[in-house]
Amino acid sequence: MVMKKTKQHQSYDMKHFAQLIWQLGTSTKTNAKIDALANYFAEAKQKDISWLIALFTGRRPKRTISAAHLQQWCIELTQHPRWLFDECYHTVGDLAETIALLLPPPEGESTQSSLADILASLKLVSTQNDEAKKQFILQHWQSMNTRERFVFNKLITGGFRIGISQKTMVNALAKFTQLDPAIIAHRISGQWDPSTTTPEQLLNEEIQQTDISKPYPFYLAYAIEGMPEHPDEWMAEWKWDGIRGQLIKRNRQFYVWSRGEELMTEKFPEYNALAEKLPDGTVLDGEIIPSIEQTPLSFNLLQTRIGRKNLTKKQLQEVPVTFFAFDLLEWQGQDIRTTPLAERRRILSSLIHSLNEPALILSKEVPFQSWQQLEQVRMHSRDNGAEGLMIKRLSSTYQTGRKKGDWWKWKIDPLVIDAVMIYAQKGHGRRSNLYTDYTFAVRSDDQLITFTKAYSGLTDQEIAQVDAFVKKNSLEKFGPVRTVKPELVFEIAFEGIAESKRHKSGVALRFPRINRWRKDKTVDDINTLEDLKKMLEQFG
Amino acid sequence: MSLLKFHTSGIYCEQGNFFIDPWVPVDYALITHAHSDHARAGSKKYLCHTYTKPLLQYRLGEGIYETTEWNQPLYINGVKVSFHPAGHIIGSSQIRVEYKGEVWVVSGDYKIENDGISGAFEPITCHHFITESTFGLPIYNWLPQQKIFEEIQQWVMQNHSRQQTSVLIAYSLGKAQRLLPCLQQTGLPIYAHGAVYNIHQTLINSGHTLPMIFPITKETSPKEFAGNIIIAPSSALDSPWIRKFTPYSVGICSGWMQVRGHQRRRNADAGFALSDHCDWKGLLQAINATRAEQVYVTHGFQSVFSRYLNEQNIQASEVITNYGNEEDETASIV
Ligand SMILES: [Zn+2]
Ligand SMILES: [Zn+2]
Repeated sequence: MVMKKTKQHQSYDMKHFAQLIWQLGTSTKTNAKIDALANYFAEAKQKDISWLIALFTGRRPKRTISAAHLQQWCIELTQHPRWLFDECYHTVGDLAETIALLLPPPEGESTQSSLADILASLKLVSTQNDEAKKQFILQHWQSMNTRERFVFNKLITGGFRIGISQKTMVNALAKFTQLDPAIIAHRISGQWDPSTTTPEQLLNEEIQQTDISKPYPFYLAYAIEGMPEHPDEWMAEWKWDGIRGQLIKRNRQFYVWSRGEELMTEKFPEYNALAEKLPDGTVLDGEIIPSIEQTPLSFNLLQTRIGRKNLTKKQLQEVPVTFFAFDLLEWQGQDIRTTPLAERRRILSSLIHSLNEPALILSKEVPFQSWQQLEQVRMHSRDNGAEGLMIKRLSSTYQTGRKKGDWWKWKIDPLVIDAVMIYAQKGHGRRSNLYTDYTFAVRSDDQLITFTKAYSGLTDQEIAQVDAFVKKNSLEKFGPVRTVKPELVFEIAFEGIAESKRHKSGVALRFPRINRWRKDKTVDDINTLEDLKKMLEQFG
Repeated sequence: MSLLKFHTSGIYCEQGNFFIDPWVPVDYALITHAHSDHARAGSKKYLCHTYTKPLLQYRLGEGIYETTEWNQPLYINGVKVSFHPAGHIIGSSQIRVEYKGEVWVVSGDYKIENDGISGAFEPITCHHFITESTFGLPIYNWLPQQKIFEEIQQWVMQNHSRQQTSVLIAYSLGKAQRLLPCLQQTGLPIYAHGAVYNIHQTLINSGHTLPMIFPITKETSPKEFAGNIIIAPSSALDSPWIRKFTPYSVGICSGWMQVRGHQRRRNADAGFALSDHCDWKGLLQAINATRAEQVYVTHGFQSVFSRYLNEQNIQASEVITNYGNEEDETASIV
């Protein structure tokens, strides 16, 4: 029995869920958020808990009513001109919230429905005509206050990233169930349907194992902080610039998972042959890389390919993908993550060799005698299509999440950081009409802290895209500066880092520039202020 | 020729040879209220409401301050001038100007809900009405003051039960005084940042009755305010000053808190949409009550709001002024 028996309050409904969402969305302290979540777990109905977990781990309900309809019905109800609605939307920056704020005050009985009830009825109404949908929405709006309407609208429009990261959710569940966060992270990953899965089923070990699609939580490395002793206890391999992923074959089913916890099997038909050939009970960890004849192509090409809804033959020919495998997590149905790396790689190597499939190659080991020698090799990373080296302890187990000690990344340019754009300003001269000057932020707990400005190192086409985003998503104006929705993630490169009392972040960067647009990352994936502080310690 | 003009230095009455809320020093300045975007130092002579005078003396220094009461007409070079309650902060007034049957009203900042301390807003019939539009979008709809006060009290008591200090961010002139009756009901002692305390003392010394608050000085021991209430201006938010109250929770009292994003960007634990300006409906109600032929829309969402008025067949135009930017009404950028 994993979940504590809960007292199920009949009255624990949408109101409480809205209250929780509001708390999560406004509180600045991670601990307060975890407490709020743990309270909710203790009080809410089981079905609501499943949905809560699902919503905050990116499993949004299917969209049944379009955002355009919501907008139209709100305009009809308020009788505001459309341009005025647009002005409001522009100021608020969030459609669900704009509508919630514009609607007239509620009338009559307030809602008694629970979160799960509402999601179930949303699903039912999806098959009905627009008029029925409209009645459904209007009735619900009428029975809700502003905060409830906001959450209700969010459930419909999707994009439920409010206030907490997946990590916070995992920690709250861990606190509530008294289980290890790593175990929770694994159990809530993969494919499951919140409308049919109880929290008990999700988190209980025995029942849990029946989900065959589930990837392992990825082991992530930190940037190296100094060369370890005994180089002979270590191995090195190239650090590839692709999409970190796991290939899973269980029960004759094949799955491709990305680190962003997305099931991407359909996106890579190149791996179909592996679906046949990989033995059951196998999980590989590696990098999904666009490459021809084992030579990696630009990562941007892969991003474009992934962005497309339908893959064309041309794309498959021009940007074929290969899986550069570097670890074996499950073998013959056994979780072998605690087996030493050297052994895991030995099995992996012979497996890949025996399969002899062009879409699957072993990520090559880079031999070396000393760190000095390896450093020389590292200089040639770019020539090999890599962005540096990975250093791994031969005896290491496969751990969960970002851990220090056994795996390190040793990038060529160590001074890069992933950050989110939060302010934009127009450029000068030729670009005076475009937003080209941006201010970036890193995360500190659940806040965003600005740390640098950077001018565009983007292509004209990318600048145009960012410009369009800024115009559509600016939240406030301060003179020439626009505050934009924190959504676009960029890799910022810089030459040096120094302490600065003048900046809120406490650091100042030398020659910061945008290295590239990380369309594959969300604001949850950006670096933290702590990462910056570490760089300061190391390079400052 | 129009009675009032939008001059580069402020709103000007040529016939009376005076300015209203000028943003540069002039010979004769009529002041709607003591907020810094409306009352600036350096003019030779001022005219303001009796309650506003000590505030101007405190903020602008000594000078010549003539005073008047609400609804008591006086004549300046033949122009009839009278002050009327604007409901914004203590002493805040609309200024009515009449000459040869033409009536103008400069409303300054105003709200129509009676907050109990600022005097109840008085609608005045006029031909020309100059209005602010700080919250001139229909997303801004205030709850009744009583409701917001209850929310604030609940929040304060919840913090208290967790031994956290409640730091309420409020503009030191206006919002801070407005909050006091609400906070007094919690029975907890109320402490204040120096800026808030000084305004408080200024008001008490000029005869206002206000609940008791304690200043926070270097000597104040953290034990005293732990779990209690502190009122501070928004400038305190990003300063080291606030850290000595750990553990604390920050609640911002401002109309901007209506929108989640603002609250998040200000790093507040709680936001209370309590404003000393009108909400959307309040603005429309006030404007309709004036029956003005022509409305001039100043600080805030002037272009949106004047466009809306025109579509509602109320002739309106936007006027760019230097008003706005009261400390608590601008979300600060890093
Ligand atoms: Zn004011
Ligand atoms: Zn003002």
